[in-house]
Amino acid sequence: MSESVVVHEGIDDSKRKWVAITCVAGAGAGIATAVPFVSTFAPSERAKAAGAAVEVDISDLKVGEKKTVEWRGQPVWIVKRSPEMVASLSKDTAELADPDSKRNPDELTPPYARNEHRSIKSDVLVVVGICTHLGCSPGDKFSAGAQPSLPSDWPGGWLCPCHGSTFDLAGRVFKNKPAPDNLRVPPHMYLSDSKLLIGEDKKEA
Amino acid sequence: MSEFKVAPANASAGVKLLTWVDNRFPATKLWKEHLSEYYAPKNFNFWYFFGSLALLVLVIQIVTGIFLVMHYKPDATLAFASVEYIMRDVPWGWLVRYMHSTGASAFFIVVYLHMFRGFMYGSYRKPRELVWIFGCAIFLCLMGEAFMGYLLPWGQMSYWGAQVIVNLFSAIPFVGPELSLMIRGDYVVSDATLNRFFSFHVIAIPLILLGLVVAHIIALHEVGSNNPDGVEIKADKDDKGIPRDGIPFHPYYSVHDLMGVAGFLILFSAVVFFWPEGGGYFLESNNFIPADSLKTPPHIAPVWYFTPFYSMLRATTDDMLVWLRLIVLVAAVLAIVKGKFGGLGKAVIAIGAALLLVGIGALKFTGIPALSGCDAKFWGVCVMGGSVLILFFMPWLDKSPVKSIRYRPDWHKAVYAVFVVTFLILGWLGIQPPDPLKTAIAQVGTLLYFGFFLLMPWWSQQGTFKAVPARVTFHAH
Repeated sequence: MSESVVVHEGIDDSKRKWVAITCVAGAGAGIATAVPFVSTFAPSERAKAAGAAVEVDISDLKVGEKKTVEWRGQPVWIVKRSPEMVASLSKDTAELADPDSKRNPDELTPPYARNEHRSIKSDVLVVVGICTHLGCSPGDKFSAGAQPSLPSDWPGGWLCPCHGSTFDLAGRVFKNKPAPDNLRVPPHMYLSDSKLLIGEDKKEA
Repeated sequence: MSEFKVAPANASAGVKLLTWVDNRFPATKLWKEHLSEYYAPKNFNFWYFFGSLALLVLVIQIVTGIFLVMHYKPDATLAFASVEYIMRDVPWGWLVRYMHSTGASAFFIVVYLHMFRGFMYGSYRKPRELVWIFGCAIFLCLMGEAFMGYLLPWGQMSYWGAQVIVNLFSAIPFVGPELSLMIRGDYVVSDATLNRFFSFHVIAIPLILLGLVVAHIIALHEVGSNNPDGVEIKADKDDKGIPRDGIPFHPYYSVHDLMGVAGFLILFSAVVFFWPEGGGYFLESNNFIPADSLKTPPHIAPVWYFTPFYSMLRATTDDMLVWLRLIVLVAAVLAIVKGKFGGLGKAVIAIGAALLLVGIGALKFTGIPALSGCDAKFWGVCVMGGSVLILFFMPWLDKSPVKSIRYRPDWHKAVYAVFVVTFLILGWLGIQPPDPLKTAIAQVGTLLYFGFFLLMPWWSQQGTFKAVPARVTFHAH
């Protein structure tokens, strides 16, 4: 194509104006039509409804053991920590990214878990077993000491298999790991000494 | 409209039919333009097989995919079993599925080699920028296609791979969590996710892919193919207007490519029949376990073709951000002091670098939340996305006076070699379980990968270049 100067002679401004108006109106209609299609990507009413609270009996949970229950399609861990495990929680704070759970507390740590052991009862930990990095479920590494993929002063906790984030036995993330936040403590409450309700924390009046 | 052509009275029925068609549809014209009178350089070598092979694999994937859809069920409760049903009960179903799963890996092998050919011979340089950009878009679509297809068998790797990749989007500030919710269609990867990925995998992305392939070929045939010498054959035409170094694609390269097809099919069949799982790299062993939303397998890794990019994601930790701050600072100072930019350019660089530095946490020590920047998680996603998107900019990053590696200084070959080895090491690291030493190696690799591209405007101009011949180098057999 040879370069040529575009000549604007003979352009009917009135027609040009109406062409522009038609294009804008057409684009508006196009966007309006796209809205319902894009909206179909959002969770359906059925998906939204499926979030009921789960009742768990922890009377058979032994010291040092973990129980996994499903809540909203996610694993929720209930761990009965031994006194040594609870004691370790105050020793590792220097290695943690957010030892006092100060980041996004409204989302991650309900008021009753804003303590060193991140739980209502100091020995029973309830956390969502989903890494805050990219959503894998970390693996149990409860025994302390050196082992593959872990530091030699490992206090016990979890190791995420996907990107190597590590968490202590209160679900608090270690420094300089891909995960930015501590594991989420879900809303939960004790119905009795050995019965937990996960997903709700408001006692009926 | 051109005038109506009339076949000679004594012409055969075939010629008469073709004339009838040609008067209504440009069949002969298209055949000539794209095959019998498309002049390709006569010095193509081994590396030029991979374009046509990519097309072959695309056809294999589409045909096998059509047959798989006839038996597959996109339902979280049925999907895993339906794939096993294809493998065990559908007559020859195992063959169709192994062709499709092997085809996915073959696609990436062929496309990586095809892209490396472009790297070596400067095939992305002017006037082939759009050929390259369409090609990069095809590569992006392929990644999307492979990722969504991998969810369909609904095994443990399918499930957790999708979980990780969809969660990548949640790292984007402000809109991220909402966006990943819209992608999943549920609060976790679920039946809704499986259904929509199925829709994308079998219709939406293939349509875009086909459109891009057509655009890639139209753009290529408009500008003409590059060659191992990087010589523009159109610059030297005979009196009929045909490039002296060009030969018609058909029959010369159609027959030539058939040999490539034969060689490819030998290797492809060998894998399909004797090594379909590819040692756990083409089909990962954890994917033979049905998806379990409560338990991540102890070792999860993406399929091999994603691992270099995945390694770079994993390498972006808080430590890495400290180094990145230093690099951004040094680069900005160098660009301002040494670069040949005007006052405005320098101001733009200074402001851009300052914003970037705040973003990656240079002011984190102040403890003010508004100034602490984004998490390493977000930057990891940026690094991974950037490592693919940077390819689009190749035509403008490479400023070497010659196209082909053949006429560049010899040490440029060493730079390319370092890049390839880095890419392979990153790929290997992406398969390994994370540990501190491997993370450190991946961090060095990430810097080398980006250094290759971002420093290219500088290094590609350095050294003594050899004289480019007027005609292509060709020795008749």
